[in-house]
Amino acid sequence: MKRFAVALLAALFAVALIAALLELPAPAVDLPAAVGAKMAESGIAHPVTAVLLNFRGYDTLLEIGVLLLALIVVLAVAAREEAKQPAVADPVLQTLARIAAPLMLLAAVYLLWAGAFRPGGAFQAGAVLAAAAVLLHLAGLAAAWQKPGKCLRIGLAAGFLVFLAVAAGLLVEGALLQYPPAWAGALILLIEATLTVSLGLILAGLFLFLS
Amino acid sequence: MGFAFDLLLALALLWSAWRTLATPDIFRAVILFIVFGLLLTLVWSRLAAPDIALAEAAIGAGLTGALLLDAIGVLRGRKKS
Repeated sequence: MKRFAVALLAALFAVALIAALLELPAPAVDLPAAVGAKMAESGIAHPVTAVLLNFRGYDTLLEIGVLLLALIVVLAVAAREEAKQPAVADPVLQTLARIAAPLMLLAAVYLLWAGAFRPGGAFQAGAVLAAAAVLLHLAGLAAAWQKPGKCLRIGLAAGFLVFLAVAAGLLVEGALLQYPPAWAGALILLIEATLTVSLGLILAGLFLFLS
Repeated sequence: MGFAFDLLLALALLWSAWRTLATPDIFRAVILFIVFGLLLTLVWSRLAAPDIALAEAAIGAGLTGALLLDAIGVLRGRKKS
C-alpha cells in the first residue's frame, strides 16, 4: 500500500515536471546570437570556451577558487603522520598503467590546445591529468601524497593566482576580466595552461591526499 | 535508426539509475554508477553537447567512480581491523 502511494506520487511528480517543461516560456534574451555577435572580439574560435573564459570569466575564476578551497579543507581534515605503502597491484594493471599514462598526458595537452577552436579546454584536460595520477597510484606505481611541499603548493595555487593576477591587471583597462581584443587569445591561453596544471593537481590531490 | 538508438539509450540510462539506487551490494552500486556516467556521456553527445560529454566522462564517471571505489576500500579495511 505504502509502495503504491509512493509510486503514484512519483508518477504525478513526473507528469508535473513534463508539463512544466512543455510550458517553458521562450528565453527573454537570445544568448547564442549574442555570443555569436561578439565571437570576433573574444580571441578564440570556440563559443563554449569563449563564454567560459571571456564573457563569463568571472564565474570560472570563482569556480577554480572553490576547488582550491575544497582541497585546502581536505588538507586540513586529512592530516596523517605515517606514510602508507602503495598496495601491490598485479603486473597486468601495472603494465597497462605504464602504457596509458603517457598517452593520457598527450590527450590532456591535446584537449588544452583543442579548447581554442573545438570541444575541450582546461577543465577536461585537468581531469585527464588527474585521472592519470590516480591510475598510477592505483597500480602501485606512485605513492599517496603526504604534506604538500613548496613546489606542490605553488602548483596547486598557480591557476587561481595567475587568473587573479590577469583579472587584477585588466582592472587598469577599466573592468574586471575585460580583455583587450588584441591580447585576448594569448591571455586566455596563458590562463588555460596554468589552470590545466593546477586543476590536474587539485583533482588528483582530492584523491591522493585522502587515500 | 537514430530514434531507436535514442530510445534504447534513454531506457538504459533510467534502468542503470534505478539499479544503482536499488542494488544492496555497495560495490556493484558503484560499478553501476560508473556505467550510468558513461551512458550519460553518450546522451550528452547525442544531444550535441560534446563539451559536457567530455566533462562528464572525465569527472563524473572517471574521477568520482575512482573516489567511490577508494571509499569502499577504506570502509572494508576498517571493518576487517
